[in-house]
Order: sequence, then C-alpha cells, then structure tokens
Amino acid sequence: MPTYRQTLGQETFRFDSLARVMAAASPLRSGDELAGLAAESELARVAAQMILADLPLREFLEEVLVPYEEDEVTRLIIDSHDAAAFAPVAHMTVGQFRDWLLSNAADTAALKRLAPGITPEMAAAVSKLMRNRDLIAVARKIEVTTAFRSTMGLPGRVSSRLQPNHPTDDPAGVAASIIDGLLFGVGDAMIGINPATDNVPAAIALIELLDDLRQSYEMPTQSCVLTHVTNSIEIINRGAPLDLVFQSIAGTEAANRGFGIDLAMLAEAHDAGRSLNRGTVGQNLMYFETGQGAALSANAHHGMDEQTVETRAYAVARAFDPFLVNTVVGFIGPEYLYDGKQITRAGLEDHFCAKLMGVPMGCDVCYTNHSNADQDDMDGLVTLLSDAGCGFFIAVPGADDVMLNYQSLSYHDVLYLRESFGRRAAPEFEAWLEKMQIVDAQGRIRAEDHRLIQSMAGRRAALPA
Amino acid sequence: MTDHPSDDTPVQDPWARLRAATPARIGLGRNGAGLPTGALNTFRADAARARDAVHAPLDFDALAAGLPDLPVLRMASAAPDRPTYLRRPDLGRRLSDADRAALAPADPAPDLVFVVCDGLSSAAIATHAAPFLKIVTEQLSDLTLGPVVLVREGRVAIGDEIGGALGAGMVAVLIGERPGLTVADSMGLYLTYGPRTGRQDSERNCLSNIHTSGGQSYETAAAKLAWLVREARARGLTGTRLKEEAPALAAPDPAKGIGAPD
Repeated sequence: MPTYRQTLGQETFRFDSLARVMAAASPLRSGDELAGLAAESELARVAAQMILADLPLREFLEEVLVPYEEDEVTRLIIDSHDAAAFAPVAHMTVGQFRDWLLSNAADTAALKRLAPGITPEMAAAVSKLMRNRDLIAVARKIEVTTAFRSTMGLPGRVSSRLQPNHPTDDPAGVAASIIDGLLFGVGDAMIGINPATDNVPAAIALIELLDDLRQSYEMPTQSCVLTHVTNSIEIINRGAPLDLVFQSIAGTEAANRGFGIDLAMLAEAHDAGRSLNRGTVGQNLMYFETGQGAALSANAHHGMDEQTVETRAYAVARAFDPFLVNTVVGFIGPEYLYDGKQITRAGLEDHFCAKLMGVPMGCDVCYTNHSNADQDDMDGLVTLLSDAGCGFFIAVPGADDVMLNYQSLSYHDVLYLRESFGRRAAPEFEAWLEKMQIVDAQGRIRAEDHRLIQSMAGRRAALPA
Repeated sequence: MTDHPSDDTPVQDPWARLRAATPARIGLGRNGAGLPTGALNTFRADAARARDAVHAPLDFDALAAGLPDLPVLRMASAAPDRPTYLRRPDLGRRLSDADRAALAPADPAPDLVFVVCDGLSSAAIATHAAPFLKIVTEQLSDLTLGPVVLVREGRVAIGDEIGGALGAGMVAVLIGERPGLTVADSMGLYLTYGPRTGRQDSERNCLSNIHTSGGQSYETAAAKLAWLVREARARGLTGTRLKEEAPALAAPDPAKGIGAPD
C-alpha cells in the first residue's frame, strides 16, 4: 500500500493509505472522530487536502478503497465505469478537476456527459477540496431530470414529498395531513408515508388509501409507503397499486447486508416495479434514502470516512435509474453529524456528489432533538440547497414528524421556496393545482377553499364526525 | 395581514374535524409563507422542552430520595459530560474506571438489578423512574432484587457491565428516550438475561413509550415487565427469541436506529 506524505513548514504528515488521506481531508464531523479517522489536527487536514489536490483522478480507478473481490459495490463502481465519458478529465489531478468544475467550460451539457465517468471516490475527493460555495456553484449547473407521473429536476422547479406520517397509521390522521399539504401545493414529488407498523398488510392498506385519493382527484403524482424492498415485491405480487419502490441503501456490501439487501434484490424489485407500467410521463420508479453515518453505524465502513462511503451509495442508486434519492442528512444523530454546521456541510456535499454522478438527489433537511441544531439551521440549509438547484425536499406538517420524532421542513418552507425564490412545482402538478384552484393563474397559493377541504375529508369515511 | 386565519370561529373552522384525527401540526394558517406568530411560539416551546430534556442534568439526589426501599448505588459512565456523551456512544456504554473498580458481586446474587440511566431525557427519568419502580418492585417482591444503580451519562449497554459485575441473573435498564416535540419525557426499559459486556441488542426485550401523556402507563409496563422477567427466567434468555413467543412485546428494532440511546 502506498504511503502519502506532505510537508508543511517543519512538519511532515504521513498517511498510510488512500482511505486515510480521504478521511483526514474531510471537513471535521463527529462520525469520523467516533471512528478514529478524523484528521489529528487542523494542519493535518490541510496536508491531506494538499495530497489529494495533487493526486491523479485515475488513482481512484487503480487504488480501490474496498477490495474488488470482497465487495459488490466496488465491483459495480469499477465494472460500470464509462471510460469514454471520463476521457475529458482523465488527465487531471483532483485539484485540477476542482478548478475545471468551477470554470465556465464545465457547463450543463459537459457535466451531463461527464457523469457516467465519475466514480463515487472521485466525487468525494473533489468535494473535500471545495468550500460550501463551490459545492453550490457547481451543483447548480447540473441538471438531472427523471419522471413517473410528474417530472423532477427541471430548471427553476422544486418538488416536494408530502410526508403525512401518523403514530398509528390511522387513515383519517394520514388523510388530514395530506389535505393540509395539498393546500400548500406540496406533494408533486410524491406522497410518501413511513409506516408505524411495518408489514405487508399494513402497507397495502396505506397504498390503497393513497391510490384512492390520487385517482379521485386525478393527481399527477406518485405514492410510496416506505417499507423494505422485499415487502414491496410481495405487495406487487399481491396486486396492490404500488407506484414507487423504496429502499434505504449504503455504500458497501456489508452495510447493505445490514439493511437486508443486496444488488440482486434491488434489481428484482426494480423489475417488479417496471412490470406494472404505472408511470405516465416516465418509468423511473426507485426511491432511495441514504445518509452519512449509515455504514459506520452498521460497523461496515471498511476504514472509510463517512462522507466517502456515503458517495458509494450513489453508485448503487445510479444503477437502478431512480426516480429520486434523498439524503436524510440530520436524522442519524449527533454522533455522526454533531451540529448545524456539520449537517449543513454534509447536506451540500451529498447533493453535489450525487448530482455530479448523475443521480437525482434531494434532501430531507432535518435534525433530531439531541443534535446541536435547530430550525434556524434548517432555514439556512434549505436556502443554500435551493440556491444549489436542489430539486426535491421532504415536508411534514409544521416541521414536526409525529411518528419518527424528528424535525424536517414544513409545508410552509416549500411555500417559502416558491414565494422567495420563484421555484415552481413540477409542470404536471402545477397544472393540476391550477385546475383544482389551489393556486391562481400566477401559480400563487390562493386563500384556502373550505369546500375542497370538506370534499377531500369526505373521501375518508373514517374521519371523525 | 393573515391570509389564512387559524382562529376562525368553530363553525367555520374546517380543520376542527381533521385536527381531531392527528397530533400533527395541521391547519396552522400562514402569513405569506411564514408561520403565524402563535404557532411559531408553540413550536419553539415544544422544541425548547425537548432540548432541555436532553441537556438538563438529572437531579440524582431527588431521584434517590424518591426510590423504593432498596440499596442505591450511584455511578457514572466513561463519558465525562453531556457533549462527550452525545458524540461518543461507546463511552456511555462503559463505566468510569473508578466505578468499575468499586463494583463487586452482590451477596446474595440478585435475580434482577434495576439500572437507571439519564439517557437522552433527564425529564423522563426524573418524572417516571421512581413511581414506576415502586409499582414494579411490589409485583416482583418474590425475587431477590439487587441495589438500584443510578448512572450518569449512561446508555442501555452499560447495564451489561453493571449486571455482570453484580452477578445478577438479569438487568433491567430504565432510560430516558430521545425526546420528540410532542412528548419530551418518554422512558424506555430494556431487559437483558445473563448480562455481560458484549451482549447484542437482539438479546434484549424492550418496552418503550412509558409516560403519562398517552403512552404506556406504569401499571401496563410493570405488568409486561413482570411477565417478561418470569418468562426469561423460565427459558434462560431474552431477546428476539423470547419476542417470538410474545408478539405484543417488541424487541428493539435496529433497522429504525432511533429512539433510545443504545
């Protein structure tokens, strides 16, 4: 294994593997400290960043961080690498790559052509050399569009998942949160529920509720119940109207095993979903969640820092033409991302790296109550991500998820993106909002229509009188 | 001006029925895209309560004074303070060196030891630990109970080390769960048969959501624990294999990875 050295003044810093260089070059976060991988000093971090800047991008094709023989995610990354797409940057070092990404030569079309040539480790490496504003400036040049019943990722648009979770999956309670969200124009990416009871019959009940509501009002959106991929396959086999197939994924074979999945299982679920042919404007139907710290918490990080191993999950996602991916950036807790500063940095990194790889990345801008973060930090992150062109956010009523007990964005925050930055909903859903008279001809939310609320509430006989 | 008044008269308020169906914060109204001041301040108060529950130090003197009539041991984990505790779950699972050295097997060997950890909600333990222990120790009066061990900056797995050192047959860890905005004082309970360092979460049985705002009552949780303790003794195990026999009693779900500070 090669040794990497950098001298700064009187001091020489040595790192005995590429993984250690990557880890030390990462901006400080608690998960790397917990794993014993963080830089030993601020100066050591800079030394690692200098080493990284001078490394050829090709090095990441030769010096893999987890052995090819041991890990199917490494095999996926190496075997699916597109050398032709990589060719324009193949001669560059990581530092030169950063400079090029920031230049006007790296425009939307060039970045789109490049994506299949970028491996996770290349994306992670260059992100470690970038300041937050660099991550924003490059990401906003990248377009990744996908479609099912509505189109995600178009320029000037932002879409949202309406997340109507309820502590007991009560149908009336779920419906109440859906109605509230629709009146804010939320839900063009999907209406997606985390079930409190995670089994097949419970998921089918929720899927049928969502499908009934969607069909009754001819909503151009998609539904999802976030259950294990094996449950989704079973739900499809039982003939339930399943739109999107969900799964949490991570960046190593061992971490994915911790989630009870492998690549073959994801392929089977993808095929099962495609067999239903339920999309109207597109057939992207996989929905993945990721997040820094997942591999470490499964003790399956193979000595990689949490940001590098996170990017490898995007290679997994990319293999299945996903409809959407989102990082649940602040959900995992302060032992992985300690405070608002670390959560903000991680959110911008995850969005940038995934987009650079051609993955339709959005964000659950969120935190738990034992993190050193609050709603002000979320205001900052959503504003920065919006500026970075992030096309997808999760929103819950009043920012309070009453089932998972964490705070995300609110329906109001989606409206903030529309009103303050002019970001519009997906075109299909925007037309529907206008037809339903939820927005006016200028796309602005109208005063709420009590008849619509009564009508939608009336769809649910279970609602209390 | 308010675009969506949230204080409509009841006859006109279309949200009344819907609010009854969910604890979610629906029908809040808005000013432009902003939350009305009242709703914002309510959220802030709930968030503050949750943050205080995490960070406020537990008053161990008051806790000890309210406990049932059992010997009490006071200990600390290897995490010296709250910021370290939050960053280093591994330290919260181990005793401090001094306390480890001081711990000796109890005589007679207890059937069950209760360990009480502040966890992520000191409010939960301050409010619920003593009244719950009073009820549950009465139900288990036929057992040899060891001392009640109070642990500062503790996580669930610290019970393994304590129970092992005391020579206990089982350990039950009471711990403050991660606070939400709706309930900031929820207590969890983890029962482990044959406690020793290195036990897996799949070898425990968990009762969660013990609180008085619509959660599991003390009486319900005590009855469930008593059942679990007797079943565990009879079969010589706790965890997923015990859960299979009693589907109503959940084992901790590692996939969710949230809730109590394991």
